[in-house]
Amino acid sequence: MMTDQRIKPVVMPKWGLSMAEGRITGWLKQPGDRIAVGDEIVEVETDKFAGVVEAGDAGILRRVVGEKDAIYPVKALLGVIADPEVPETDVEAYVAGYVTPAADDDDDEVAGPAYEFLDTAAGRLRYARRGEGGEAVVLVHGFGGDLDNWLFNIDALAAKASVYALDLPGHGQSTKTMPAGGVAALAGTVIAFMDALCIGPAHLVGHSLGGAIAMQVAIEAPGRVKSLTLIGSAGLGTEINAGYLAGFVAAASRRDLKPVVEQLFADPKLVTRQLLEDVLRYKRLDGVEDALRSLSSQFLDDGRQGGVLAPRLEGVEAPVLVVWGEEDRIIPAAHATALDGRARAEVIPGAGHMVQMEKASRVNELILGHIGG
Amino acid sequence: MARKISMKQAINEALDLEMRRDPTVIVMGEDIVGGAGSPGEEDAWGGVLGVTKGLHAKYPGRLLDTPLSESAYIGAAIGAAACGMRPVAELMFLDFMGVCFDQILNQAAKFKYMFGGKARTPVVIRAMVGAGFRAAAQHSQMLTPVFTHVPGLKVICPSNAYDAKGLLIQAIRDDDPVIFCEHKNLYGLETDVPAEAYAIPFGEANVVREGKDVTIVSYGLTVHRAFEAAEKLARDRIEAEIVDLRTLSPIDWDTVIESVENTGRLVVVDEANPRCSIASDVAAYVAEHAFGALKAAPQMVTAPHTPVPFTPVLEDLYVPTADAIAAAVSRIAPRAMAA
Amino acid sequence: MPGNPFPLDKPDLLKAYRIMRTIREFEERLHVEFAKGDIPGFVHLYAGEEACATGIMMHLTDVDRIASTHRGHGHCIAKGVDVHEMMAEIYGKVTGACRGKGGSMHIADLAKGMMGANGILGAGAPLACGAGLAAKFRGDGGVGVTFFGDGASNQGMVLESMNLAAVWNLPVIFVVENNGYAESTSVEYATAVDSYVDRASGFGLPGVTVDGTDFFAVHEAAGEMIRRAREGGGPALLECRMIRFFGHFEGDAQTYKAAGENELNRRNRDCLKMFAARLREAGVVSAVELEMIDKDVESLIEDAVVSAKAAPLPTAHDLTTDVYVAY
Repeated sequence: MMTDQRIKPVVMPKWGLSMAEGRITGWLKQPGDRIAVGDEIVEVETDKFAGVVEAGDAGILRRVVGEKDAIYPVKALLGVIADPEVPETDVEAYVAGYVTPAADDDDDEVAGPAYEFLDTAAGRLRYARRGEGGEAVVLVHGFGGDLDNWLFNIDALAAKASVYALDLPGHGQSTKTMPAGGVAALAGTVIAFMDALCIGPAHLVGHSLGGAIAMQVAIEAPGRVKSLTLIGSAGLGTEINAGYLAGFVAAASRRDLKPVVEQLFADPKLVTRQLLEDVLRYKRLDGVEDALRSLSSQFLDDGRQGGVLAPRLEGVEAPVLVVWGEEDRIIPAAHATALDGRARAEVIPGAGHMVQMEKASRVNELILGHIGG
Repeated sequence: MARKISMKQAINEALDLEMRRDPTVIVMGEDIVGGAGSPGEEDAWGGVLGVTKGLHAKYPGRLLDTPLSESAYIGAAIGAAACGMRPVAELMFLDFMGVCFDQILNQAAKFKYMFGGKARTPVVIRAMVGAGFRAAAQHSQMLTPVFTHVPGLKVICPSNAYDAKGLLIQAIRDDDPVIFCEHKNLYGLETDVPAEAYAIPFGEANVVREGKDVTIVSYGLTVHRAFEAAEKLARDRIEAEIVDLRTLSPIDWDTVIESVENTGRLVVVDEANPRCSIASDVAAYVAEHAFGALKAAPQMVTAPHTPVPFTPVLEDLYVPTADAIAAAVSRIAPRAMAA
Repeated sequence: MPGNPFPLDKPDLLKAYRIMRTIREFEERLHVEFAKGDIPGFVHLYAGEEACATGIMMHLTDVDRIASTHRGHGHCIAKGVDVHEMMAEIYGKVTGACRGKGGSMHIADLAKGMMGANGILGAGAPLACGAGLAAKFRGDGGVGVTFFGDGASNQGMVLESMNLAAVWNLPVIFVVENNGYAESTSVEYATAVDSYVDRASGFGLPGVTVDGTDFFAVHEAAGEMIRRAREGGGPALLECRMIRFFGHFEGDAQTYKAAGENELNRRNRDCLKMFAARLREAGVVSAVELEMIDKDVESLIEDAVVSAKAAPLPTAHDLTTDVYVAY
């Protein structure tokens, strides 16, 4: 393939390990538009998720190659960004000469198996490990989630760090036995996970309930935590959408689940058929309902968050970043100020509780900045 | 992560997990161990299609080979269910219902009602259904409508390995009698199936493809034919939504109606004969409950009103094809419409 | 005081008498009440056959299961089903054993091990095999007993079940209640073998034919078979030759019977009278003791009829309930 450093391709992204192709559902920029890094350029839908491709380079959108409603393989050329001075003929030649790399040809060797399993005292845990060298980053998902909640983050972070994402007990493909003791017990599981994989002091990134767990780890084992990133985090205030938790636990059908899961996003259109199917497949597994009921009953106290950890962070020296989606309907964005003076807080507009999915580039940029990557 | 196994393996796994979990689960049927009392090797066969292979060794005494007496052993399974066991009886081919139907129709299906609610009959009757094996008229029928007609029975017909495992686990845990129909041409089909146990609730259809132009409702093998048709139609910019019913009794009317309300068009695909079929049932229900949403007459794509023929050239014409489904869609959703 | 020559002690003898007397009174009263037109549908009366049900059921407890026939009242009473609930059921009342949804032909009480009267002839045989199978897996020593008439004995599912029970060595007793008539058709016409013991032999089962009007004959033969089955000795067949005092169903003109047949049978072959006479003649019980039971039973049945008639009917809501455990 010819390489022309002045010309930057916009390609079909690879979100997560299983994505092979995506469908363009709409262009948000037109040829000739000026593009800044992070601008939303084109909407793409996979069988799992609908998302937006954000610009990794600045310049002028010189060409739109991908057609609306058409399906393209991962890394296929969708558009071209270049500065105005690059001649039209060079852009033309770049498009003509572009060859889509074969899927996974630079992933498999370095990535190894997609998911790995680890047997701990708490039971079997599934995790993903991406990236080599650099700082260690541990990603902790929230209530009812799994490591695929980091679909749009893990590869971006792995470019500059060694990233570990685990399924908590009761979640994903980990043991469905929930340890007694709520957040504190799950923090113990995360520490045991880090011990077993010989992960030294790490940057902990927690989403929602995972944020509370990350804080708890920092409180109990401050030496293990280099920094905290708390995204739409629990443990910073008492308000929480208890109806969401109850609805999520109770929903057994697609129709019941859809309105519940839609609350997670600012844009409910992001909740695809396959996303719901994946959640249902998880929820149907033996033991999940009991695990979720047990966890929510330990976490909630009369419809409010039972334990506020913010005050206990005083003894923790690690820097803290708080990130929130402005339209979070699960835990209010007002909690972002709970650590004022102690932490940097970023509230991102146009995003809900799943801000790390909805505004992945911005969140990735913030995390990388925070961990010094 | 994802682990692909065949529907045959998925059924074996469901039986395995439930036998491990619940000591009252027993399995009976003809040749399910294979070679009971014969001079050769036991448990090397696992039935006509090998579905139960290996379970005899794991659960000695809990797999019961039966004499060729469907009436006696299906009835015994029902009787044992009424006495606290959870038997899974394999009828081999659903066509064999003819020699044991009383036990299903007048016994299992009726106990709860005619005993004033006091009985529980948690029996599962598994059987192969469907054409495509060149097995002719007595081993190939799609008799699902015969059973959906009967109050007291639940009727299940999965289209893939994931559903087969979760629905069979639900069937075994269910407290009502369940007729579990396995399409013989789907046994080899592999899909992602978790190794763990999970139950798919009955009465929940699966929207396996989303589309705005037409709703195709089906179950079993013909879901795949509908998919092929939808891919063809997509090239003409007609987007078909496919509803896989999964369970025929109970049936998920809400999902069917919701989809038809979005698309305005209905094609029902059923491998059963057309009269009093799942197809006619769904078409009638939609006509009664969502008439205002319909932009065109509902279409039925079914087997013809004939027995299943033997010779391949005829049998291939018997089961609804993707072309027939696409043609039915085109009749009510012409290409010009999508433009 | 003379010794007790019978294999049952006095309380059990009185219990057996009470059961037989209750069945008789229940059926005779139904015969009267049915003629008044208050009872819907069909009833098939067991009067005359009490010794069979009672002789067998004296050996059974609630862990044992029976699968009955359309002529099931006697089996129900002998197995301990509540007489008030039975009567209310026959009247189609919501207080009935089946909330009025089953009627005479489907009375069941699974807690008592009564798996249901059955409107399908011979259908109880596979079900009893299932009961025997369940008992075998539970290891509780329970047996399954299936009753069927001389007519239903020719059903394929009965014959299949005998083979299955023999092959699986199930604790199941097959009881042929041979009253000589399948509806109107005589057993000589419709059954090709002279003895059901020959049928049993054909499936490798031990079989015994007894006089079904003789309580002690039934009791002894059944006792041996049930003990053997409980101990893992497998199935057996018991043929009871007996007398049906009434027609196949109430309203049956019984044109197929010989002139005076019913009267002769009632005079000479009434199992209840014969049983009472033997108890009295042996000096084990007194006439007064039996009369006290008779009075008890009469008032029990009277009360059952009165309360059944007064009981509420099901409502429209009941039409669609009890179809599934969950749907």
